[in-house]
Amino acid sequence: MATLESPPPGTSSSAMRNAFGTVLSALILLLIGVLAFSIRLFSVIKYESVIHEFDPYFNYRVTQFLSKNGIYEFWNWFDDRTWYPLGRVIGGTVYPGLTLTAGTIWWALNAINIPLSVETVCVFTAPVFSAFASWATYLLTKEVKGSGAGLAAAALLAMVPSYISRSVAGSYDNEAVAIFALIFTFYLYIKTLNTGSLFYATLNAIAYFYMVCSWGGYTFIINLIPMHVLLCIVTGRYSPRLYIAYAPLVVLGTLLAALVPVVGFNAVLTSEHFASFLVFIIIHVVALVYYIKGILSPKMFKVAVTLVVSIGLVVCLIVVAVLVALVASSPTGGWSGRSLSLLDPTYASKYIPIIASVSEHQPPTWPSYFMDINVLAFLVPAGIIACFSPLSDASSFVVLYIVMSVYFSGVMVRLMLVLAPAACIMSGIALSQAFDVFTASIKYQLGRSANSKDDAEDNTSTNNAPKDDSSSGKTDKGEEVAKERSSKKGKKKEREPADKPSVKSKIAKKRALVLPLEASIVALLLLIMLGAFYVIHCVWAAAEAYSAPSIVLTSQSRDGLHVFDDFRESYAWLSHNTDVDDKVASWWDYGYQTTAMANRTVIVDNNTWNNTHIATVGTAMSSPEKAAWEIFNSLDVKYVLVVFGGLIGYPSDDINKFLWMVRIGGGVFPHIKEADYLRDGNYRIDSEATPTMLNCLMYKLSYYRFVETDGKGYDRVRRTEIGKKNFKLTHFEEVFTSHHWMVRIYKLKPQKNRIRGRAKKLKLKTSSGLDSKAAKKNPWI
Amino acid sequence: MAARNWIFAVAVFLSLSTFSSAQDLQIVNAERRIDLSSHIVKAFLTLKVENIGKDPAADMLLAFPPTQIKNLAMVQALAVMGKKKKKNYLPLDVKPSEQPDAPNDAGYFLVSFATPLGPGETVTLEVLYILTHSLEPFPVEITQSESQLVYYRDSAVVLSPYRIKQQTTFFKTPSTRVESFTSVEPANRAGKEIKYGAYEDRVPYSYAPVIVHFENNSPFAVVEELVREIEISHWGSLQITENYRLTHGGARHKGVFSRVEYQSRRSISGSSSFNALLAVLPPRVNSVYYRDDIGNISTSHLRTGFKKSELEFEPRYPLFGGWKATFIIGYRVPLEDYLFEAPDGRRYLNFTFGCPLVETIVNKLTLKVVLPEGSKDPSAVLPFAVNQDLQVKYSYLDIVGRTVVVLQKDNVVPTHNVPFQVYYTFKPIYMLAEPLMLVSAFFFVFVTSLAYVHIDLNIVKK
Repeated sequence: MATLESPPPGTSSSAMRNAFGTVLSALILLLIGVLAFSIRLFSVIKYESVIHEFDPYFNYRVTQFLSKNGIYEFWNWFDDRTWYPLGRVIGGTVYPGLTLTAGTIWWALNAINIPLSVETVCVFTAPVFSAFASWATYLLTKEVKGSGAGLAAAALLAMVPSYISRSVAGSYDNEAVAIFALIFTFYLYIKTLNTGSLFYATLNAIAYFYMVCSWGGYTFIINLIPMHVLLCIVTGRYSPRLYIAYAPLVVLGTLLAALVPVVGFNAVLTSEHFASFLVFIIIHVVALVYYIKGILSPKMFKVAVTLVVSIGLVVCLIVVAVLVALVASSPTGGWSGRSLSLLDPTYASKYIPIIASVSEHQPPTWPSYFMDINVLAFLVPAGIIACFSPLSDASSFVVLYIVMSVYFSGVMVRLMLVLAPAACIMSGIALSQAFDVFTASIKYQLGRSANSKDDAEDNTSTNNAPKDDSSSGKTDKGEEVAKERSSKKGKKKEREPADKPSVKSKIAKKRALVLPLEASIVALLLLIMLGAFYVIHCVWAAAEAYSAPSIVLTSQSRDGLHVFDDFRESYAWLSHNTDVDDKVASWWDYGYQTTAMANRTVIVDNNTWNNTHIATVGTAMSSPEKAAWEIFNSLDVKYVLVVFGGLIGYPSDDINKFLWMVRIGGGVFPHIKEADYLRDGNYRIDSEATPTMLNCLMYKLSYYRFVETDGKGYDRVRRTEIGKKNFKLTHFEEVFTSHHWMVRIYKLKPQKNRIRGRAKKLKLKTSSGLDSKAAKKNPWI
Repeated sequence: MAARNWIFAVAVFLSLSTFSSAQDLQIVNAERRIDLSSHIVKAFLTLKVENIGKDPAADMLLAFPPTQIKNLAMVQALAVMGKKKKKNYLPLDVKPSEQPDAPNDAGYFLVSFATPLGPGETVTLEVLYILTHSLEPFPVEITQSESQLVYYRDSAVVLSPYRIKQQTTFFKTPSTRVESFTSVEPANRAGKEIKYGAYEDRVPYSYAPVIVHFENNSPFAVVEELVREIEISHWGSLQITENYRLTHGGARHKGVFSRVEYQSRRSISGSSSFNALLAVLPPRVNSVYYRDDIGNISTSHLRTGFKKSELEFEPRYPLFGGWKATFIIGYRVPLEDYLFEAPDGRRYLNFTFGCPLVETIVNKLTLKVVLPEGSKDPSAVLPFAVNQDLQVKYSYLDIVGRTVVVLQKDNVVPTHNVPFQVYYTFKPIYMLAEPLMLVSAFFFVFVTSLAYVHIDLNIVKK
């Protein structure tokens, strides 16, 4: 501010330029926010304002509960509508960040009398937070490579398909806010690293706390940051700033994380967090070493080092031995299943079918990379190179970030989401650097042709200097910010004039980067085309690929748009025409939706915390009718819901998921064998299918009276005629089938009145027996 | 049950002192046509009344048995003026009336004549009364393939505190399928019509219970509760939101629901169920939506016209007996069609009461008129009695809240769809309150940020 009030004569124009630049970038940021928000509205425009898919319905239900009953009730909420008869302690098992965020937004809006429904708030939480996320990306990239790169990265992130897939309007899931929290935490870490300010370090711990509240992916942060710290120490980049960036984060962050009920003591007990504590110890040792090095003379220092190293090694060995023993004593080595499958990609498919059965836990394919990050995949290497010239603490962090996230995304397709911001930051840096080089050389070439008659070497450099200052400011930002220690707000404004002296020294270096005019222009055009291609792809992905809410399906045919709204039809039927305490059994995929939309108690749901319970339902589905009826009856189930796509060709129905039910059921109840359901290793439902398959409950409930629709029983998903066509149900009765047969609901028939029936039979038998006996015996009497 | 063909003819309590007027009038001729074709029972009663007393009679009583009085949705009476060619009708004032010693809890309505009926004079009255929930399904539960049979209980003779010289009653059934009807000679059936009478010279309070058991597959659409909210915005529109809780009021569905039978044999399967509903909306309606708690319902068609708009829609699933569904219909109409300025400077809303769904009974209708913020002195004018109440609602950026006029009525039938008015006073300057609030809020934000940028909070001057 001081610069604006008393401008030195030479800098008045550049101060104006700075002010203009600030306003311009603020405007661009605002537009990026609007873009990020509005590109996610395709789902609302093309479909409707509705919660999507499965998990969002649970979050929506929790938010409804929160807004109705308040925060204290929420923490103590024991949900008896799910996992019957076990129930679930929601307050203690859910990451509360998303629900608390939406609940707070709802509460604030209602406090100023804006009567938005909870549903509306939930639907639009994700788009709002993606705008925040793109602003956080701007801040992070700005810390790394300056505001030009920041703007480019923010624009890229605003529409990266991978992130859109999890944050379209209605996709009310943890990731929606967690990605913002992730990027913002990284930004604050880098900011602390660059400034060494305890203020930012504290903010960083709070941002980390928000991330812990929001998503289980917080372990990525608490492992990545220690790795970076370790990297810095190993490469000899230790500084007090690094200490301030790291030590408070571990102490405060761990304390705060332990406050979240779902994490609790896991924050200090599980292996995911050990790396951070180890590095915490290391950084203290290193800090001590640096301190002692400063006090002692080099000779004394050498002596001390040998002494400490010999003692330290012994202590370290003991500690490591104890740790190893502790970790080894727990069955999974202290690692949770999902984390283990991260380290060993084959772990899940070997040991935990329930994790492997979820499609988003599968490794991604190459096309999915192109689908989800598109041209960024090509720009990332350029960004990495740009990060190495020059390598600063901040740029080494983003390099580490992209390397780690590429690895993790290769393990689990869901973690593509973590890769997306890193790819955007890298590509933003690459694009911005490329633009700098090309525009600078165009300017230089044009300037040279204009001044070609004068020799004026110095003139060109002075002409170029003010124009180039923003770009050169970026390249040496690493060194320059390192000089700034104060975090007061006056600093920002002082930074630009402070660049001045270094700019001129850099000009000579710049000269080496000058390219021919034609080449620069062509390259610029190509870059713009690449960007345009990216934008087109992103808009297509947002509009076509990721906007479908999956509870309502549409198909375009010659006579117009067909809407398949069967799921909601059946949920509405359940909620209005069954008793409020009836229990509904279905495969776990539909658990969240049934509780949220139909408000009925379910046996299992998408929170797959109890494998045995899920296996019980899987076993019932794969058992013959009588056995299934007994299992369901023992669970108080009154209705069984199956999803059947055979009539209209909806591929993700229960018959296609059936093998997972068999596997998960067989994992706990060994009498269910996968081989019984396969004919020569093939899964089929036609006349070649095994008798076990044709007699299991799932087959029967799916195909009951299906043959009457077309006379043949042609299944449009499996593209075959079904094996067993005419059969009757003895223990179940059909109570509802939706319009396109996608959802079929059966009721368990009440138990036969056995006592009376038996007594009658018994009486008949005994009487007849007596008669016959009497007839035989009585002649003597 | 159907065999209850005994006649319960009673001539009770002929206390001359209390029913002085009763003895002064007699009904020369009564003809009653009861339409049973839908689940709303409409009875058209033509009475020829003669004053046989010495004094002029100002009014007369209509009597209803206690089983009907609680289901009676509406009674209207017209006096027929003039002769055949230039007949015209004069609406008469009808209001419920209490008689201290009514026999067997009979209920009464008092019809006031336009001009007192002089001795010896006669007048012809056309009376329409509407009964709801009067068709009792029997059997009570039916399966998908059965059609719905109902009982209708009434009297073969008109219940009246007056002597009736001659009377006939016709029951019109929806189809020719009539299982049974109580015979009160002379009674006969031809096609869709059952005729009772003519009966000669019945004493007051004659009663001859009859039961008609017949097929009725018309949609028994009963709205258990309807909340209509009409929000007036002086910026140019009325927003109407209607919350329905619909049920099928007929014979309960029993056992399985088979979609394959419902789809392939539509004519015989689920004949008593209904799947399509029709709502008659105002003509210049726009922004219509149809949804429920879990999102849009995609099965609806809107036809707009000059006189009315029709919204044809389906619930999420076909409704069988006893099944329920909830949904919300919302729409917007231009303000100038419904809001007017009264001569005394007050404004008034002129809108239609009742339920827009055709042929539907509403058990409980709550109509809320949300007046703009700052409105004063609301008063509602209706042609029939309703419960009135005032509430306050807070909506977008309200500070003092909006006055809500709540009108509540039970047992509403389509005949109640008549205009009503809500008068209130409103100063147009209040319209600017919320925009000004927003403007000042933004102004404040910018001023504070301006101030924040210009204040240097550093202790040490750098």
